[in-house]
Amino acid sequence: MSAPSSALRVGRDPYHVGHGAETGGPEFTGHGGGGPAPKRIVVGYGFWIFILSDVVMFSAFFATYAVLLNARAGGPGPRELFDLHLTAIETACLLLSSFTCGLASMAVGARSLIWTEAALLLTGLLGATFIGIEISEFARLTARGAGPTHSAFLSALFTLVGCHGVHVSCGILWLGTMMAQFAAKGFRENIRHRYLCFSLFWHALDIIWIGIFSGVYVIGVVTG
Amino acid sequence: MHLLGKLTWQAIPFDQPLPLISGAAVIVVALAVLVWLLLKGHVPYLWREWITSVDHKRIGVMYCILAAVMLLRGFIDAIMMRVQQALALHGAGFLPPSHFDQVFSAHGTIMIFFVAMPFVIGLMNLVVPLQLGVRDVAFPTLNSVSFWLTAAGALLVNLSLVVGEFARTGWLPYPPLSELQYSPGVGVDYYCWALQISGIGTLMTGINFVTTILKLRAPGMHYTRMPMFCWTALASNLLIVAAFPILTATLAMLLLDRYVGFHFFTDTAGGNSMMFMNLIWAWGHPEVYILVLPAFGIYSEVVPTFSSKPLFGYRSMIYATMAICLISFMVWLHHFFTMCAGGDVNGFFGIMSMIIAVPTGVKIFNWLFTMYGGTVRFTSPLLWSIGFIVSFAIGGMTGVLLAVPPADFQLHNSLFLVAHFHNVIITGVLFAAFAGSTYWFPKAFGFVLDERLGKWAFWLWLIGFWVAWAPGYALGLEGMTRRLQHYDRADWQPMLLVAAAGVLILLVAILLQIAQLVVSIRSREKRRDVTGDPWDGRNLEWATASPPPPFNFAVLPNVSDQEPYWDMKLRAREAGQLQTSEPHYEPIAMPRNSPTGFVCAFFSVITGFSLIWHIWWLVIVGLAGAYATFVVFAWRDHDEALIPAEEVARLDRANRTARSAAVQRQAVT
Amino acid sequence: MSMDPTSPDRPRREAASSREEAFDAGSRIGEDRIPGAPSHELPSLGAELRRYVLGLVLSVLLTAAAFLSVGTHLIYGPGIVMAIVVFGLAQVGIHLVFFLHLTTAPDNANNALALAFGFLIVCLIVFGSIWIMFHMNHNMMPARQLMDMQG
Repeated sequence: MSAPSSALRVGRDPYHVGHGAETGGPEFTGHGGGGPAPKRIVVGYGFWIFILSDVVMFSAFFATYAVLLNARAGGPGPRELFDLHLTAIETACLLLSSFTCGLASMAVGARSLIWTEAALLLTGLLGATFIGIEISEFARLTARGAGPTHSAFLSALFTLVGCHGVHVSCGILWLGTMMAQFAAKGFRENIRHRYLCFSLFWHALDIIWIGIFSGVYVIGVVTG
Repeated sequence: MHLLGKLTWQAIPFDQPLPLISGAAVIVVALAVLVWLLLKGHVPYLWREWITSVDHKRIGVMYCILAAVMLLRGFIDAIMMRVQQALALHGAGFLPPSHFDQVFSAHGTIMIFFVAMPFVIGLMNLVVPLQLGVRDVAFPTLNSVSFWLTAAGALLVNLSLVVGEFARTGWLPYPPLSELQYSPGVGVDYYCWALQISGIGTLMTGINFVTTILKLRAPGMHYTRMPMFCWTALASNLLIVAAFPILTATLAMLLLDRYVGFHFFTDTAGGNSMMFMNLIWAWGHPEVYILVLPAFGIYSEVVPTFSSKPLFGYRSMIYATMAICLISFMVWLHHFFTMCAGGDVNGFFGIMSMIIAVPTGVKIFNWLFTMYGGTVRFTSPLLWSIGFIVSFAIGGMTGVLLAVPPADFQLHNSLFLVAHFHNVIITGVLFAAFAGSTYWFPKAFGFVLDERLGKWAFWLWLIGFWVAWAPGYALGLEGMTRRLQHYDRADWQPMLLVAAAGVLILLVAILLQIAQLVVSIRSREKRRDVTGDPWDGRNLEWATASPPPPFNFAVLPNVSDQEPYWDMKLRAREAGQLQTSEPHYEPIAMPRNSPTGFVCAFFSVITGFSLIWHIWWLVIVGLAGAYATFVVFAWRDHDEALIPAEEVARLDRANRTARSAAVQRQAVT
Repeated sequence: MSMDPTSPDRPRREAASSREEAFDAGSRIGEDRIPGAPSHELPSLGAELRRYVLGLVLSVLLTAAAFLSVGTHLIYGPGIVMAIVVFGLAQVGIHLVFFLHLTTAPDNANNALALAFGFLIVCLIVFGSIWIMFHMNHNMMPARQLMDMQG
């Protein structure tokens, strides 16, 4: 922690909402006066752009779901299908995993291998629970004749929610790889960069889930 | 279950001589090249210096080579279609409908995804980091992965020539025709998986370049000092990042319909095929600007250089570019006015489509005013640019005509439309690719191309294009629809014969371009560009040697002006010597070569091919292989190699000596 | 510590590289920030933990509000959907600020601009598609269905 930053910190909103930069001025920020950014900034920004593109992909599935919401071919709609208790448990799992992922970031910052691995393990377990519930719910729906091939609405539902599920599953695979890398290579610079990307990915999946649980499940039950 | 899924000997079209012979010829040529490479011992060189290279310049060159080869393939399709339509009055011509449909589908797919896209991405790769004054793109290895995934997609499309069939659904597979019920073959699957694979590559390119341009620039290069090509590349890559995920999602839904019986776009169970048109054009229209914005950028580099004058209206050019970038996402419905969205929706999108012509017009005037009053040198890159300005203005105006919904109801899916988009893509994007590759060829290879043959090629392209497509406008107004395998109107045939003659002129033009390449390579020693600045250029790509050293710049340049290299050069000429003293050379760390891209593409071809043919065990092998590649790459300990200071000094001193001599020569004269 | 390949010769960067050791320094003065990185205004782990906990608590409250608005009658019936949308958007904001540490400061300009661009595109795709498809479905409805509606 450098001295000037603590001096300037006094009396400022720590979250920076609506504030200007502390120092440096526009010449060094974003407008490119300062020369190439360091690797960490480049990696983080690149991954941020990737996440935005992923969100755009989800928006195409969201749009399809919204358009096909009433194309039920005589089949069931959201009110008959959704069990909000399960959705609440899923939401809790994912929200908590986002929190533990934040804890893992702190542990990485503190260079504590044991806490990093523990927090990541917890994150992975919560994610796996989420996936487990989702798979069982899909199985339940299919078993009662409301599988994705039944109507356009169900196709869109399974695809939107399933695409998020696939992302979480890939995230768990990545998380395992990350844990192995921390164990084998320690807190090397490029591995910390990768961890930063992973945490962005995981938080972003939670943000997309906010859209799904409120837009698909809760509103679905309200409007039928 | 069959071990090879749906793949049997029937997949090879033994009964159709045309694809079989051409496929066999391609295989023979490819094998001959491979044998020649093996015998000559070039393979280790290729592997070391090109296939595993993560150098943005090498990757850019490979993109352009891919585009040029695919241009030949797509052009052969074009010849076949023009000849078919010239012959097929009251008759069958020489292509049966099933084959003709594959030809026009493959032609469109290849020309957009594997010619136009790789050309502009290749030139961006070659030039953008040099213009920004940095050593590489943000993610060099990812860049190599992007290229090889694009090549993998191209390979799959061409594989369909000999194994199975290609889609018969046009370059955008509209359902319900593309659904399993009406297209039970593997053609649509080839299309979808090839595009999914190359689409991932394109998306990663987009991410890579947005990050590069926003985060990696030479010290002092503010946004308002960035060369215009970098600005247009930024806009284009922002559009890639925002649009390609929609394509991925849409094709994924079509694949789910086809593979597991979902009902997104089917006729039954509530499926809605109009949603496919809606989504595919929400990608498709930005795609048009992904292609044409970098083209505008290329003209914005070529015109000032050969007019010896700064770009007129630099800031208005930036505003125009970014305005096009945003508005291009608000016009997509004009591709399906006739689907009856009603007056208010059609009206909104019609007006937005006309508005987008305004910033484009601003650009045209800017180029004209750049030339006005300048010392214009009519080299072949400038000729391409002038040809573009004239022809593109006409193409743009026919576009505004099509943006009027009532007119579009008459012209929709007619040859008028086809002539319009060939007009903007050929004279807009392809001419830019030719202008750019002639302009930057000496930067990539160290010698200039033959100008005489280049000018001949330009004139034949310009004339050939108009002979081939002016009849299209007229036929479209007469009511001829697109994609006709045969027709019964005798009065159409003369103009179709003219169009066929036009395509023959284009054939001569392409042959001249090949000759230009051969002649130039043979006499390359006479054409050497010693100073690194053959055209009296204005931006930083000309501040380094031709071809540039792997690290581009021994010391990152300090940018203090909108045209940094021109500024440097003027001061040096006035003083009669270089204005910077020899820097203190230090070792430079550069990313190591990596076979990750090539191996990834290998596994994605396996995965794609086995998905197309339903060989499920091989799908798992391919995916596991891709994941293993990823882990192996993540596990490596040394990702950078150091170029020693002596090597940096040797390369930079040679260039400084040549430049110093040039400056003294120019100072005297 | 590997050399920064892009500019080994600039003193400012060297100073930054030595501080790179302290990963939790997050964003250094005068440089751009990236979303998700821990930031340097919070020097102690305790302060950082407090921020995550605060984010968690706010998220839990908003989630609970969304779920509770369905079963109970705490919210005026016709307004429930709008309320859930507001809760969802608020929670997205909470996540962006407390978990991804996104701010509106100039050193965050690129991140916020990229986010705004993404948000615009998402809105265009979702609302544009709904608008277009509503009109098309209406105009292209099969005659039988149209008669059903009129009947």
